[in-house]
Amino acid sequence: MSANLLDEPGTEAEAKQAIWTLNFGPQHPATHTTLRLILELDGERIIKATPDIGYLHSGFEKLGEHLNFNQYVTVVDRKNYISPPLNEVAWHGAVEKLLGIDLTPRCKYIRVIISELARIHDHLLCTGAAALDLGAFTAFLYAFNLREQINDIYEEMSGYRYHPGYTRVGGLLQDFNDRVLDRIAKFQASFQSVYVDVEKLLFRNRIFLDRLRGVGRLSKQGAIALSCTGPIARASGVTYDIRKDEPYLAYPDFDFQVPFTEEGDCWARFIVRMEEMRQSHKIIGQAVRKLPKGPVNVPIAEKLPLPDKLTTYNSMEGLIQHFELIMPNRGFETPRDEVYAAIESSNGELGYYLVADGGEFAWRVRTRPPSFIHFAIFPHIIKDHLVADVVAVLGSLNIIAAELDR
Amino acid sequence: MSTTTEPHASTLATLSELFGDGVFTTSLFRDNLRLFVPASRLIDLLTVLKDRCGFGLLAELGATDYLGYPGRTRSRFEVHYVLRNLETAERLVVKVGADDPDPLLPSAVPLWLGADWMEREVFDMFGIRFHGHPDLRRILMPEEFMAYPLRKDYPLRGRGERHNFPRLTRGES
Repeated sequence: MSANLLDEPGTEAEAKQAIWTLNFGPQHPATHTTLRLILELDGERIIKATPDIGYLHSGFEKLGEHLNFNQYVTVVDRKNYISPPLNEVAWHGAVEKLLGIDLTPRCKYIRVIISELARIHDHLLCTGAAALDLGAFTAFLYAFNLREQINDIYEEMSGYRYHPGYTRVGGLLQDFNDRVLDRIAKFQASFQSVYVDVEKLLFRNRIFLDRLRGVGRLSKQGAIALSCTGPIARASGVTYDIRKDEPYLAYPDFDFQVPFTEEGDCWARFIVRMEEMRQSHKIIGQAVRKLPKGPVNVPIAEKLPLPDKLTTYNSMEGLIQHFELIMPNRGFETPRDEVYAAIESSNGELGYYLVADGGEFAWRVRTRPPSFIHFAIFPHIIKDHLVADVVAVLGSLNIIAAELDR
Repeated sequence: MSTTTEPHASTLATLSELFGDGVFTTSLFRDNLRLFVPASRLIDLLTVLKDRCGFGLLAELGATDYLGYPGRTRSRFEVHYVLRNLETAERLVVKVGADDPDPLLPSAVPLWLGADWMEREVFDMFGIRFHGHPDLRRILMPEEFMAYPLRKDYPLRGRGERHNFPRLTRGES
């Protein structure tokens, strides 16, 4: 809608020296996080957008070289803090690939469940906040109310509502108890009605539709050239989902679909995320039904998992193992090699390039941050839109600044 | 693991046909197939991988500083390019070395626009310059920052840059 309202060529404004510059952020209610844009405008039309990032740079990758593989899970939680379990699964997935650990079936299923809960958690925020920015406040409240139930599940399973830090090398902090499964069942039951409510509020909301349709269009070629993955690439017709293409954990066991469209605009990204939530809901249902019995950690004999408190205090093997992993200058023996492992996070490919030098710390932890890569496409897709569309496009890209700047 | 080695065979056959022996070396760890290539042939190799072998997506680009790495004989820095074939779901890691005193590599931006920010980040964190990059500026650290923080000779707690960072007072603004 924007392009044909103002189709005055940019060159004329440039000739008249009528271009003005607007600073957007770093503190702005619609950026949600700390990022800054320098917009060059011809009237209200954006000629050029220059992102300026780094406000939240905290040296997370440097910290990874000084914390051991179990400690670093606390830091990865704080990268994409909207979906911490996905970060944990990605990080320990990379460590386990490096060490060559094969997880127990129950652990794989639990990791799938927490991944999919986190995906719903993230998509609820993204779609809810997009609606909030575009004048549909009610949907945001419905979404946030449901997110609260996921936080309750996190709290029950790990003790932390927001950053559970639930995975460990070769296993989990602790097994799911019955109350966790009750809460998941409760969440599963309420999901459908909230989804329908949000759908009713947004899918035929004229203002919301007009602000998203045709805005921020990204072609399939553009998406591939700009390294896009996840819902953004799938909204542009790239049917790439690591859960299907390179199955990890227990994903081959589940029946789910990968939604995609070819429109590539903000609306397409919105509906892809909405549909992904339903698919995740479906996966959780199957995983809970089929949840295998058995241990969640690989056997202590492999000298890799951190034993739980009961084993530590009640058996000699557990105590020795705990001591070996916790005391400085002991810990893991790693191969002197490097590995790249990626998972499908809520925003796309979340990968770790992990270099080990044989010791208990990583030599190098490189995160492949989807938010960083997706923010790089912003200047390309915002061109020739109006200032008001900045909010719509930012909302559809779901930029998490802690992950963007790390 | 075994499913990925089979398709890589066809890629490797194409590459050895075009490049012959001695241009790159390969190694395999877990399911990562890695190609080590000298900087002078990097763009040739990436172009062939993109156009002839179907590795259309540059999934990831990053660097590592191996200063003091046990048993290290190759160059100090290495940059990795993780490529992804969207048709066959194969993954391939291309590694290229860069050395002190002036680490310089050709830029991959002409091949993939997505390399733009990732190369800027490598420059920002390691000081590796990319020849042919359209806009090689710092991206996460401030412009005035002098050091390269992810290098191994840069300390964890910094060198006081934060402490000494120039601040504008209300009076000066």
